[in-house]
Amino acid sequence: MSGIVCANVFPGKDPVVTHVKLPRTESAERQGWPKSIKAEVRDLSFAYGSRVALKNLSLPVAESRITALIGPSGCGKSTFLRCFNRMHDLYPGTRYEGEILLYPDNRNILARDIDPIEVRMRLAMVFQKPNPFPKSVYENVAYGLQVRGMTDRRVLDEKVEQALKHAALWEEVKDRLSSLGTSLSGGQQQRLCIARALATDPEVLLLDEPTSALDPIATANIEELLLDLKQRVTILIVTHNMQQAARVSDWTAFMYLGELVEFGLTKQLFTNPSKKQTEDYITGRFG
Amino acid sequence: MLRRRKRTEAMFKIVGIGSLALAIGTLALLFGALVVEGASRIDWQFLTSFPSRRAMQAGVLPALVGSSLIMLVTAVVGIPLGVAAAIYLEEYARRTWLTELIEVTVTNLAGVPSIIFGLLALGLFVYILGLGASILTAGLTLALLILPVVIVTTREAIRAIPVQIREAAFALGATKWQTVSHHVLPYSAAGILTGIILSLSRAIGETAPIVTIGALTFIAFLPPAPFTDQPPFLSFEWLMSPFTVMPIQMFAWVSRPGADFASNAAAAGLLLVCMTFAMNGLAIYVRYRMRKRVSW
Amino acid sequence: MDKAVAAMQDGISARQPTVAAIGARRKARQRRELVIESGLFLAALVSVAATVTILAILFSESLGFFKTVPLIDFLTDTLWTPLFANPHYGILPLLAGTVVTSMVGLLVAIPLGTVSAIYLSEFASSRTRETIKPVLELLGAVPTIVYGYFALLVVTPALQTLWSDLPGFNMLGPGIVIGIMILPLVISLSEDAMRAVPMVLREGSYAVGATRLQTAWRVVVPAATSGLVAAYVLGVSRAVGETMVVAIAAGQNPNLTWNPMEPAATITAYIVQVALGDLPHGSIGYQSIFAAGLVLAVMTFAFNMLGHIMRKRFREIY
Repeated sequence: MSGIVCANVFPGKDPVVTHVKLPRTESAERQGWPKSIKAEVRDLSFAYGSRVALKNLSLPVAESRITALIGPSGCGKSTFLRCFNRMHDLYPGTRYEGEILLYPDNRNILARDIDPIEVRMRLAMVFQKPNPFPKSVYENVAYGLQVRGMTDRRVLDEKVEQALKHAALWEEVKDRLSSLGTSLSGGQQQRLCIARALATDPEVLLLDEPTSALDPIATANIEELLLDLKQRVTILIVTHNMQQAARVSDWTAFMYLGELVEFGLTKQLFTNPSKKQTEDYITGRFG
Repeated sequence: MLRRRKRTEAMFKIVGIGSLALAIGTLALLFGALVVEGASRIDWQFLTSFPSRRAMQAGVLPALVGSSLIMLVTAVVGIPLGVAAAIYLEEYARRTWLTELIEVTVTNLAGVPSIIFGLLALGLFVYILGLGASILTAGLTLALLILPVVIVTTREAIRAIPVQIREAAFALGATKWQTVSHHVLPYSAAGILTGIILSLSRAIGETAPIVTIGALTFIAFLPPAPFTDQPPFLSFEWLMSPFTVMPIQMFAWVSRPGADFASNAAAAGLLLVCMTFAMNGLAIYVRYRMRKRVSW
Repeated sequence: MDKAVAAMQDGISARQPTVAAIGARRKARQRRELVIESGLFLAALVSVAATVTILAILFSESLGFFKTVPLIDFLTDTLWTPLFANPHYGILPLLAGTVVTSMVGLLVAIPLGTVSAIYLSEFASSRTRETIKPVLELLGAVPTIVYGYFALLVVTPALQTLWSDLPGFNMLGPGIVIGIMILPLVISLSEDAMRAVPMVLREGSYAVGATRLQTAWRVVVPAATSGLVAAYVLGVSRAVGETMVVAIAAGQNPNLTWNPMEPAATITAYIVQVALGDLPHGSIGYQSIFAAGLVLAVMTFAFNMLGHIMRKRFREIY
């Protein structure tokens, strides 16, 4: 690692909540969009080889709010989420078209000249199955910071503690920071993964069905945690569980067969959907 | 009818156990023959003497030293190359014709008889590169020989690491090499180690390629010491030294008539078998430990 | 703690990297990654280089050999006497030695290996299997030179008590030892093949009242045939390339015979014999071992390819 000590590698990141003015190309579609936007997806299509998985999605991500992505399995919601931190770049034969603009610097994070690593340093991800490293709790949380070149033990200690507190895990693990992350219970492992993602102060937290491998109690803990976290970070969560989306999210996007069917305030989408397909799905007629 | 069927079944079981017992019994017999013939020959004198025309005064000192030094060269060259190639093939390579070619050659090299590696070494290292029948030549030859084994076992070990672990590291902003060096390699270390030990245990018993490069069979001296009293205190003269190794020494004794030399051969064989068994035992133990610890 | 507060505590404004600094770090990171990837790639190329060099050396030295010896003589002459005053260079006697010792080995390894594999796969408990497999692995790890000692000084004397006129060097003893040597390989590959046969097939057989043995012979073995053949072929390849056992115990004289009771040199034994002598670089004798090596390489290559293709096809079925 280079010797530069730096607390924050995110360019132009302002800790104060930014209200972004929408570009002037305002269309009818933008009505009912959130006022403050952290990221905006424009005409995003994505393909694995010749198989098109996402078709022309356009969608805002509200700043400091929770946006839920729902839809039947195979609808492309996880694929969509993984575009945000360029996870697909790890595998050959994948292709993006369109843009994901990240505010406030208004950069297209899918652009070819953007290093995916820099994208991943700003948007953290938590996966479906808890995947802590088989290292100590401490090392798990500190890893993202170490990758960013942070070596000062004092700062690391502080950041690790802070992240574990934010993930509501500190009280449970503070006496066993050196035991293996894989030795924790399932729910603790997932909160550890959240702490690991939070430690680097990401701008957006991407969650891919984070509770699908957990029992109801652990799930409730995580949902509560997400509600606390949204003050701090913009959250985009994929869930197969509609009750969960209704419980935690402010905004919801319903996807079907790789396309965005409907986007709106969660309350509205669940009580008064404007599209037939959405209604059929949330009333359990398919999916 | 039912009784006859049961009887046939029982008989087959006996035949099955019998043929397995024959395979394993041979191992016992082999070991027993070596012990009976050679165990009494192994003493301090045998371990610390040079070969001699008189069987009872002969020993394996230069062979032990030679085998150790050659294993050192083989390990230093073969292991990094093999592990690096495996990392490339598993973590970096895209599906191209070149990757395909590399895969085919690895599979092929694994099946090439060891004596062909000897011919390669004779043509390339001994004559074209002019390294002679030296420790360096033998070490490089065996390094090539173990390369496919190291590659294959390392790949298997790496492949066992779930993709979720890699994604976790990448999602935190790690580069490919950081992901490999901080996660993939440490978590697969036990599996890689097993492969390395097994490949070295194969190399230490190899005779044919060493014979082919024209290694002398009568060596009554040791290679120059790797340490000197002059700065920089390290010397690499030993790399170019002629040598003998355990299997060559045993070969030399087997080929000589006379019961005394036969018992020297048995003693050398016993040492050799003990070395390979010890290495294999270690590898099996490491693998067993690893299996117990696995937690994906 | 609030993010703004944390940032202030870290002195973020003083140490916030500029866009240029981030660019420089990205460049350094990308360069380092590229250097590492190139290094790994070069390491991966070593096996290609080794294969190419093996072929190049075998071909170029053989070319010198075939300038002196017409290919037709090499393939049809029944004498191999390169070191005599009146030299003959017919590969047939060496080939015969290789074929006979390998055949004896197969006659030992195929029945024993198949029966053992059936037992392990269809009858033995998983605990037995887990104990026996490492033992077989050990059997496969014994250095071949030790097997050579065994062939010359244990197996041949034992055979001589049965046939008193068996010479001290013969192909039978080393052949049997080769069989035992390749047994672990044959057992383990055959067992893999049989275990890959889906359970449904066995259940179908049990359902109509077949015993375990009938199921094994009439259902599992036929279903695993190509996998079994692949195991045998890979065993042959190993037997053909085996060197020390035959060099020690089968004799050094090329002898065109199919009788395993006689001594005869194999291709590998001849290479060892010449390498032990002091033939000058570039002489016809020196070149002859590369020609012999080429024949050996072609044979093992063909067997390996055949074996791998069959194994692959077998794996595709299940």
